[in-house]
Amino acid sequence: MRVIQTSAITKNIREMCIEANHFLSDDMKAVLEEKVEEEKAPLGKQILNQLRENLQIAGEDMIPICQDTGMAVVFMEIGQEVHFEGGLLEDAVNEGVRQGYTEGFLRKSVVKDPLIRENTKDNTPAVIHYEMIAGDKVKITVAPKGFGSENMSRVFMLKPADGIEGVKKAVLTAVKDAGPNACPPMVVGVGIGGTFEKCALLAKKALTRDVNEHSAIPYVKEMEEELLDEINKTGIGPGGLGGSTTAFAVNINTYPTHIAGLPVAINICCHVNRHIARVI
Amino acid sequence: MDKYIHAPLGDAEAETLRAGDYVYISGTIYTARDAAHKRMAETLERGEELPFSLKGNIIYYMGPSPARDGRAIGSAGPTTSSRMDKYTPDFLDMGLKGMIGKGKRSEAVIDGIRKNKAVYFAAIGGAGALLSRSIKKSKVIAYDDLGTEAVRELEVEDFPAIVVIDSKGNNLYDMAAKAYNMK
Repeated sequence: MRVIQTSAITKNIREMCIEANHFLSDDMKAVLEEKVEEEKAPLGKQILNQLRENLQIAGEDMIPICQDTGMAVVFMEIGQEVHFEGGLLEDAVNEGVRQGYTEGFLRKSVVKDPLIRENTKDNTPAVIHYEMIAGDKVKITVAPKGFGSENMSRVFMLKPADGIEGVKKAVLTAVKDAGPNACPPMVVGVGIGGTFEKCALLAKKALTRDVNEHSAIPYVKEMEEELLDEINKTGIGPGGLGGSTTAFAVNINTYPTHIAGLPVAINICCHVNRHIARVI
Repeated sequence: MDKYIHAPLGDAEAETLRAGDYVYISGTIYTARDAAHKRMAETLERGEELPFSLKGNIIYYMGPSPARDGRAIGSAGPTTSSRMDKYTPDFLDMGLKGMIGKGKRSEAVIDGIRKNKAVYFAAIGGAGALLSRSIKKSKVIAYDDLGTEAVRELEVEDFPAIVVIDSKGNNLYDMAAKAYNMK
């Protein structure tokens, strides 16, 4: 058994909230560089250049990449040999978010009640997903999620007979409906299988995967490549103002499902696809 | 075509703008997003005065991140405009001349734009750090309790935006996606 103080969780999450909102992962930066060169539409190319400049300013001036610094989504993968001391883990995570957002000049975008809508003024609570894993380590992933793209995300409860074609159609429908609203170029996270809520979680987690990595399942990898190609032929382009760079990647995660169902979730993220992981 | 325009926006100037024009806006604009729009609509229902006159003005759909010391504003990019669609036709009828946001608008808003010869601009979504450099001053003028959603008066200098829907109802989102569609 290994003892971890919850204060260490708070400290890490505080730092990760700030870092994620000012610096993108290397794969996201690299794919942007690549697409700036490839994009043929003049306005599309200009917008990609401005996004590149925006990233540079964010890091240099410590000003968030996007004003929507998101609702903090936190994945806690906890080794089952770990024992926490020093208070509730959930409180420690939320305290990290509170400190990160208030001390890091990040926007407070969370309301306490979905209908009464009073701002909590410290961006808490986070949305926390816990998972038990083997070992004595804790992997924390912080993924602040903006709602321009979150609002364009969808769940489809397809029929088994709809098959691969049905899944592709669902993804393309979601992307086309999202269009300029989701701040393209997007990263498209897709979850296939499980249950209603499981496919949504698979899709969310797919967004945290490296944009150059593909699924290890051959037919899924093929579907990722085909869908990316189809999406980039829609013409939506950077900012929705036309071009061939509508998405940077399609990341698909799958899970076993019921004989009667084919759940598909599409979680769309904008070009500010923020996620950062640490293992402690 | 690149154009330099001034806010508040004159009728004649608004009508010269065409979908696809790249504009640099200088002058005074106002921020309002979801919660501020709701309050403004309730204010009008009660027959009271709005915190700023809509006549000739441009609303920027934006809620900034907090400013660090010595800066006018934090990150300051556009939010999705369609959430304001419910309130926009009435505001256009009262003289609102321009809106800066991102994303599609409803038919009712497009009709209102045409009828009132207004303009819908898109700013680059997710470029809040870059766009903040064109905002020289920011002052909360109403609904301070709403935090980031308060109404702010902004002084902007060469704020970059693209005309998406012009006063004739031309829509760049439709035109551009068709032009670059490869299927």
